[in-house]
Amino acid sequence: MGVTEGTMLELPPYARFLGVSAERDDEAALLFRMPFGETVVGRPGFLHGGAIAGLLELAAVGTLRDALADEPGASVKPINVTVDFMRGGRERDTFAAARITRLGARIANVEAFAWQEDRDRLIASARMNLMVRRA
Amino acid sequence: MPEPTPPPRQNLDPTVFGRIVAGLGHSGAIGTRYIAHGADWAELALDYRDDLVGDPASGVLASGPIIALMDIATSISVWIRRGAFMPQATLDLRIDYLRAATPGRSVIGRGECYRLTRRVAFVRGQAHDGDPADPIAHVAGTFMMTNEA
Repeated sequence: MGVTEGTMLELPPYARFLGVSAERDDEAALLFRMPFGETVVGRPGFLHGGAIAGLLELAAVGTLRDALADEPGASVKPINVTVDFMRGGRERDTFAAARITRLGARIANVEAFAWQEDRDRLIASARMNLMVRRA
Repeated sequence: MPEPTPPPRQNLDPTVFGRIVAGLGHSGAIGTRYIAHGADWAELALDYRDDLVGDPASGVLASGPIIALMDIATSISVWIRRGAFMPQATLDLRIDYLRAATPGRSVIGRGECYRLTRRVAFVRGQAHDGDPADPIAHVAGTFMMTNEA
């Protein structure tokens, strides 16, 4: 569970499985962290692309749900995601954050980014389209 | 496709190899299982598990394990078509979530390498939860060979 200042972001069981946690940075934006471990390893010494994609999706969905937090009953459902892999992820913590490009009445477009030691050197990014259902 | 003569490598047994790859690291952690393969495709299963759920209210699997399953299935399809276990990395992967997977059901992912060049492999695939005619997801992606100059 990501415990945050002021508000809580509830992460799903899959996030706990990956070891992903969420916190807020200085500007109150959600920052997701995934530690390295046997659960997320691909070829020896590198993160698995599937785990990186999973982290990016958690960041995108979590950030969108957080933006809808003041609308009780609102839910989101992924339509599709495109993941680009730029660099191999190494044996260290991986961070992710997302930006909502547009939050419409029915559809949300979200971008997510993953990096390790340097936020300017992305290891992967994703574009995700989601359906928004409002109560 | 005609059989290349001679085959690039005789020592790649996709059945053995698929089982090994499916059980390693992240693939093993989410529980992928080798099911079957052909000359340019591989099929894996992902069993339903509570700790892979994305929405506790509905019990639906998270999308992450599905994309991982398809990444692994398509990746194995490239090695099978190439006839050799060459180092490669996913360049991009797009997945359309056609519908939610039914809670409790295993997901079957089939990846196919439909075009192979020296440096890039083009893949596609579908996932279903019992009926191949009613898929839950569709993927398209590319892999790049990491040992090519």
